[in-house]
Amino acid sequence: MHKDYWRANLKILIILLSIWFLVSFGFGIIFSDFLDQYQIGGFKLGFWFAQQGSIYLFVVLIFIYVYLMNKLDKKYKDHNDEEDKH
Amino acid sequence: MDTQSLTYLFVGLSFALYIGIAIWSRAQSTNDFYIAGKGVKPVANGMATAADWMSAASFISMAGLIAFLGKDGSVYLMGWTGGYVLLALLLAPYLRKFGQYTVPDFIGTRYYSNAARLVAVICLIFVSFTYVAGQMRGVGIVFSRFLEVDINLGVVIGMCIVFFYAVLGGMKGITYTQVAQYCVLIFAYLVPAIFISILVTGNPVPQLGFGDTLVDSSTYLLDKLDQVTTDLGFNAYTENSKSKIDIFCITAALMFGTAGLPHVIVRFFTVPKVSDARKSAGYALIFIAILYSTAPAVSAFARVNFIDSVQNVEYQSSPEWFQNWEDIGLIAWKDKNEDGLIQYSAGNALEGTKPKFVEGEGNYGERLVSNDANQANNNEVYIDRDIMVLANPEIAQLPGWVIALVAAGALAAALSTAAGLLLVISASVSHDLLKKTFMPKITDKQELLYARCSAAVAILVAGLFGIYPPGFVAQVVAFAFGLAASTIFPALFLGIFYKRLNMQGAIAGMLSGLIFTSSYISYFKFINIEFNYAQHWFLGISPEGIGFIGMMINIVIALAVSSFYSKPPEHVYEMVDNIRRP
Repeated sequence: MHKDYWRANLKILIILLSIWFLVSFGFGIIFSDFLDQYQIGGFKLGFWFAQQGSIYLFVVLIFIYVYLMNKLDKKYKDHNDEEDKH
Repeated sequence: MDTQSLTYLFVGLSFALYIGIAIWSRAQSTNDFYIAGKGVKPVANGMATAADWMSAASFISMAGLIAFLGKDGSVYLMGWTGGYVLLALLLAPYLRKFGQYTVPDFIGTRYYSNAARLVAVICLIFVSFTYVAGQMRGVGIVFSRFLEVDINLGVVIGMCIVFFYAVLGGMKGITYTQVAQYCVLIFAYLVPAIFISILVTGNPVPQLGFGDTLVDSSTYLLDKLDQVTTDLGFNAYTENSKSKIDIFCITAALMFGTAGLPHVIVRFFTVPKVSDARKSAGYALIFIAILYSTAPAVSAFARVNFIDSVQNVEYQSSPEWFQNWEDIGLIAWKDKNEDGLIQYSAGNALEGTKPKFVEGEGNYGERLVSNDANQANNNEVYIDRDIMVLANPEIAQLPGWVIALVAAGALAAALSTAAGLLLVISASVSHDLLKKTFMPKITDKQELLYARCSAAVAILVAGLFGIYPPGFVAQVVAFAFGLAASTIFPALFLGIFYKRLNMQGAIAGMLSGLIFTSSYISYFKFINIEFNYAQHWFLGISPEGIGFIGMMINIVIALAVSSFYSKPPEHVYEMVDNIRRP
């Protein structure tokens, strides 16, 4: 039971941390110069990711994590309760 | 009312507020003193974490640094926010589940060893004192510039305030004071930013104004900045000048370092439930992001305004702020071509970089410096990057109350961080050194008394750092993050995610991370300063970014050494299983 919970937890971590890496180290640093050829308003895209976009996406990532984990907690808590009843 | 009286008023009111909160929420037990009785709601904890985290460096120095670094400044923006994702996903919920008082507590228990606890305490104290020294300098600058009191007196006043609410209130007092300080500091940061954004671009949202066109023109602000900076011989504002690998490593070192900073981690011990720890990391990052997304906009506005208002202006008719900051020695002007006009361009204006002021006045009434002019370039202006945020409202000619507000905000930022740091120092002394290692028989009451005493001693030491600032404050920031990344973060991370790691592995890992990182930084920052450029660096990685490599070394050594020794005892497996449970 707890093994499944932990595995689901690790899956969430790996997916969210990959996005974390992509938007900051990927878009903000490694591919930043390449993205700079596109513009949004007065921002070059790579520059925007490095100084604005990555920060916003970090916030979004944490709240997605909070949402997914609360759902996961609830699922396994309900499960445990059912087991207790049997 | 003039600006100075307004400043006294704002600063006085904010200090009265902090003291009032401290009296209302003082600590009664060690549980209150260390972790605020685990009764802090996630939103309040988010605000307190944000104030705890955003120091004098974030408030005063960061936008100024970015103004001069341009795109390279992104390392601070991403590094100091991205660490919260790591903290929220990898550490905070598990450490809260563990449910003890301090970071060394976790390391000591998880690796069933007081030696591991001791190594953690040493790293923690080093990291925290490094940081406190910077806060006290910030307090000194604000007092001397805006209240025109002696820097030392300013530091003493700051110490008294922190003493009052940290020693009396402990974590509980600090938490609610930090909530108030967050409100003061964010308001003080946003108001001038919004004003300046409207003045420069006509857009009231700085984050958008940053990418907007200039007032009365169809040129984008950033395009103009790129053009002006390249015309003056600087690197284009929106392009990197550091190497990719260095930027990568500095960002990583700052991120992992942030996640390993004890005064931030301990904030997540104060919430009632594990799910609250996750949630409050999210709130903390929202509150931090409000300032961090505004900062690069402030930087861009400041750079444009600064160049516009001094370039080719006669010194005698230069703006008042220019001479005010010159009076306290953070701006200097050397008229190289003797035309009485201020010329600003790339390169250091003076030999030896920092100005050494001497008595007397030059032809135009400027302060004289004993440095020789650096003839390699035409730049005549020395400017300390730390002043950009503080000078920004003056440069943009905003009303006096905005300037007063910025002074109160900067003090809030410095004091809130200083208090948080002093508390983790005192907790690690009274709890980890005394209670858990040397004097296990003391009662809760005695421990609380020791905690208060060690907080008082820590404040005195921090104050001394402020009055006699060690010349290396700026350099040691690399130290604080490098060590947090290469010692504390991996020990916590592996402790949670790798059950098999035993005491021997963890200690060997922490020590190798500590020794590698600190010797690399010391070599380039203190011993062979003249070698401190890319050619001599390991793989082109600067001392600021080496903590990331130190972290890798820590992990590799920990895993290798661990495999030679027996598994950790059964109760440690149970403990790890327990913290992984929902």
